[in-house]
Amino acid sequence: MTAGTRDIYDDTAIVRFLDADGTWAPTPAAEPYLDAIKSLDDDDLQTLHRDMAVIRAIDEQATNLQRQGQLALWPSAQGQEAAQVGSARAARAQDHLFPSYREHAVARVRGVDPVDILKQMRGLSHAGWDPTDPKNGNTHIYTLVLGAQTLHATGRAMGLRFDAKCGSGDPDRDEAVIVYYGDGASSQGDVHEAMVFAASYRAPVVFFLQNNQWAISVPVSTQSPVPLYQRSAGYGIPSVQVDGNDVLASYAVSRVALDRARAGEGPQAIEAVTYRLAPHTTSDDPTKYRSRDEEAGWAHRDPIVRMRAYLRDRGAGDEYFAAVDEEAAEAADDVRVRTAALGSLGPDDLFRNVYSQVEEALEEQRRWLAEYESSFEENLS
Amino acid sequence: MAGRVRELVRGEPVVTRNMPMGRALNEGLRRAMTEDSRVLLMGEDIGKLGGVFRVTEGLQAEFGEDRVLDTPLAESGIVGTAIGLALGGFRPVVEIQFDGFVYPAFDQITSQLAKLTYRLGGNTPLPVVIRIPYGGHIRSIEHHQESPETYFAHTPGLRVVSPATPNDAYWMIQDAIASPDPVVFLEPKSRYWPKGDVDTSVPAGPLHASRIARPGSDVTLAGHGAMVTTLLDAAAVAEAEGTTCEVIDIRSLSPVDYGPLLESVRRTGRMVYAQEAPGFTSVGSEIAATVMEHCFYSLQAPVLRVSAFDTPFPPADIEAHYLPDVDRVLEAVDRALRY
Repeated sequence: MTAGTRDIYDDTAIVRFLDADGTWAPTPAAEPYLDAIKSLDDDDLQTLHRDMAVIRAIDEQATNLQRQGQLALWPSAQGQEAAQVGSARAARAQDHLFPSYREHAVARVRGVDPVDILKQMRGLSHAGWDPTDPKNGNTHIYTLVLGAQTLHATGRAMGLRFDAKCGSGDPDRDEAVIVYYGDGASSQGDVHEAMVFAASYRAPVVFFLQNNQWAISVPVSTQSPVPLYQRSAGYGIPSVQVDGNDVLASYAVSRVALDRARAGEGPQAIEAVTYRLAPHTTSDDPTKYRSRDEEAGWAHRDPIVRMRAYLRDRGAGDEYFAAVDEEAAEAADDVRVRTAALGSLGPDDLFRNVYSQVEEALEEQRRWLAEYESSFEENLS
Repeated sequence: MAGRVRELVRGEPVVTRNMPMGRALNEGLRRAMTEDSRVLLMGEDIGKLGGVFRVTEGLQAEFGEDRVLDTPLAESGIVGTAIGLALGGFRPVVEIQFDGFVYPAFDQITSQLAKLTYRLGGNTPLPVVIRIPYGGHIRSIEHHQESPETYFAHTPGLRVVSPATPNDAYWMIQDAIASPDPVVFLEPKSRYWPKGDVDTSVPAGPLHASRIARPGSDVTLAGHGAMVTTLLDAAAVAEAEGTTCEVIDIRSLSPVDYGPLLESVRRTGRMVYAQEAPGFTSVGSEIAATVMEHCFYSLQAPVLRVSAFDTPFPPADIEAHYLPDVDRVLEAVDRALRY
């Protein structure tokens, strides 16, 4: 299938509930996870679908906005919605999420305003949102240096253990951390050091690897000769491989892993096998390194199409799908309108929050810049 | 507590004790850990062994393994997880075993730790202290005697400080831990053992403030870390030769408190900066440039730098040729006086 990798759709060792066409067909590996999705009713299932459909529309809108010059860059998450929505919906309110830089669905599920994500891509912020604001669901900001956030997440989880905020046996109180990274980042030293620390301190952290097959132009086969989830065993971290385009499977394995971490069983690892349908970012040209056949093959495994088929099979009607389509279109319009109205920063913003207090050396530079720039206004008048 | 009563302030005995810097740091850490249960120490060999320089000796036995962590040997891992702990409300104090071992953690320090306060909009303090034994004079082997301060001073968002005396070490480590900002805390390892008076009752002054170590009127000598002692020794020799030097201990390498330095140079008209680091694009270069910008009309001579050479730290056998010493400082003083 993808260069150098075996096709997971020939593999029964992977956790999957829905076949590529949306048929309910659990693999043997999925059996232990059936309990985790038993409690989901039709409303819950539709929420998973709606999350994916709405963020897809927002993602397409963001791509358009970049093409129109409204954003410097857009790293699309299209194709990875199931991995992200399933895992984020599996997290409890008290859990802590550490995204990489493509986890738009994760962020939105946790309450982050998508426009706050676009702020960073528009050059208005280096973060976009404040993780300490309760409306953002304990979602840490994006990290662009690959894998660096896996250490922050591990440290956060170590702190939870030191504070006895996990392992009490009360899942409503215990807390866990989930950290997102990719197949490219899995080659970074920080990811390995994070796993060493997580295992050493039995930190309640779930390593959620989205293997989207490509690190820009480098295939996953160049990152690893073995399936990436197998590496975790070497650190003493239990791991599982899941079909990342099956939102039910992603939800189930994440829920079990987070419950185990929360209960004090130490770190857990998940490899979600998925596919980046779009370019790495809007600056990338995947036609130079991957084939149309490959892209078309994965397009048939689109997680949203799959879940749509499953819901229809369970009785969801045209009315439901029309409502979702409308909600998605409205969300995308809303993002477009509000992005254009974001305004801009001023020169004083350069100097804010470098240190916790005003530093005279910086203050002098701020004053100089203000006077310098105002001198042009005087000349004009 | 062993010590001698030096004087009475407000009717209470003020205890001054004579101890080496390594011990002063140990006591400063102990006091910070006692006063704030969120302070924890992390690093290689800092628990049972007490660190290769024994700065953390006895602290694990006193505070437990969850407050003093003998970590795996992974510098990026130590700093990166410290960031996560700080995000969870802890105040981690990280020990990097030697100056030359800090580079594997460079991204976590300069690209993550230094920028998070700026990126997060000021609502999230990042109170991580990174202790690094630095500098030469101990005749150690490769990677064990470097002066990496410029790399960190060049990065906005980090506070970079270095104590020169046991008293400053005792107080500055506590101030660094209390700071909401990340602090790179450079410990001049050649000063770990010489003793000095530590007044445990009167704070040594704010972390960021420069200090006049010796008043004088003919030449201003400035520097940081181990070089402050060299400057004081040079000033003593110069005094015997009829020249009085004012010695300024910069203490904070970034941001720099220029006030006392500029005031001094305006009085003396001459300045020499001394440092163990190579001179090219160094802290001393930056300070020299700033002093020349601000004191141009007061200067009787160009600001001079006494630095190590622009080579890698040499094998210890020839480090005496590499590192500035009293004679090299005095040579610069003579040059400054000749203008």
